[in-house]
Amino acid sequence: MKESTGVSIMPTMNDTQTCCGVEPKNVLADYEKPGYTLCSFIENFIPTDIGPIPKIKTKMEKKDIKATILVRTGIGRDNYKIAPGLYGIGSPDKTSEVLVTANFKLTFDHLRRELNNINAWILVLDTRGVNVWCAAGKGTFSTKELVKRIKLSSLEKVVDHKRVILPQLGATGITAREVKKESGFRVVYGPVRAKDIPLFLENNRKADKKMRMVTFDFIERLILTPVELNVVLKPAIITTVILFLLSGFGPDIFSFSNAIQRGVILIPALFVGIFAGAVFTPAMLPYIPFKKFAAKGIISGSAFAILFLLSLSSIPGTAAYISLFLFVMAISSNLSMNFTGATPFTSPSGVEKEMKQFIPVQVISILLSTGLWIYSAF
Amino acid sequence: MENLRYIDDVSTLVLDQDKCIGCGLCTEVCPHNVFELQNGKAEIVDFNACMECGACVNNCPSNALEVSPGVG
Ligand code: SF4
Ligand code: SF4
Repeated sequence: MKESTGVSIMPTMNDTQTCCGVEPKNVLADYEKPGYTLCSFIENFIPTDIGPIPKIKTKMEKKDIKATILVRTGIGRDNYKIAPGLYGIGSPDKTSEVLVTANFKLTFDHLRRELNNINAWILVLDTRGVNVWCAAGKGTFSTKELVKRIKLSSLEKVVDHKRVILPQLGATGITAREVKKESGFRVVYGPVRAKDIPLFLENNRKADKKMRMVTFDFIERLILTPVELNVVLKPAIITTVILFLLSGFGPDIFSFSNAIQRGVILIPALFVGIFAGAVFTPAMLPYIPFKKFAAKGIISGSAFAILFLLSLSSIPGTAAYISLFLFVMAISSNLSMNFTGATPFTSPSGVEKEMKQFIPVQVISILLSTGLWIYSAF
Repeated sequence: MENLRYIDDVSTLVLDQDKCIGCGLCTEVCPHNVFELQNGKAEIVDFNACMECGACVNNCPSNALEVSPGVG
């Protein structure tokens, strides 16, 4: 059975027609199908024994770059995927390698951009639009899916050899010997990063130590922060509302003007805590002392809390000072700890250990902070 | 990655060298260079770099490796 790839269902037909006079040249006209629209990253089709296979462009277009920014900032995160199945890049033939990847569009874009001047087949697995690393952990980039996709795309009729190259970070979800047993194809683990693929192929499919190591540099960490911020947005809004209400308690039991007057200090405090834990700690990770992320968060949270308190024009009193300090620090510690989930080097056993240790610290800090905040109103 | 290390002594990684057939697959799939092949057997050379991803365990053909995150 052959799948239709390189096309996606077209929801509407409201495109305005601009060309009437000259008949436009459309090399892809033969591949159009009613109800489908050709993806913009397809430049042509490659004839094979099992029919035409879509050929991918290696160049990113404005549209791709714009979409990448939207996804990275957390605005268009969901559903940014392409159809799974077999694609080609360059002019692949029966001897060309088969590179396996996930159907998250950013992963796919990242891969094709690095494959200039390479002739290869690209087998895209259905990982529900999730990148290779996360999908391998979640079990969608799996032995089962790989075997299924090899069969669905009739790979054995497209290439003469019996070899598929997988991104190394997919190994968590794959058992190479089972793939071989069930599909006949041997799994070769390629490098961690797509940019090393050309060299890997040149060296007869050998990766050196450096190609096999994950990295987590400043840019890689920074790229993840908008998503972290996006995740805290909703709880932050709810917290703000609660903070306003808490700020209303005082000698007159509850007063709205009190709420506004005192609440306005808490909101910047909340954002300082969020910045310290979800942006500063991730970005400066290797430079902040301690190995436990929650401890790193206490350091960055304390530093930012002090800066924040120094910047206050009116002095709210000692109890309020301590309350604000604890508040910023606890938020930062908690969000820093959350960042363990986004890194490629923290072990679940380690995360569990620090959660057991630091969640109590964070909860007690928040309770103390709340108590002091209410107390400071009297 | 050398300057980014997580907590020591927490990984649940276990290697049974008696079962190891020295295929080297674990040295290929591990993203933290935890293993090295020495005299035809895998050796754990950087235990504390292990992030318990399970890549080595899944791919070891002789069940010589084990990792059990979330237990204990
Ligand atoms: S579990 Fe992952 S990080 Fe740990 S040794 Fe195995 S492959 Fe390496
Ligand atoms: S994958 Fe298993 S058998 Fe192969 S070298 Fe590693 S421990 Fe030994």
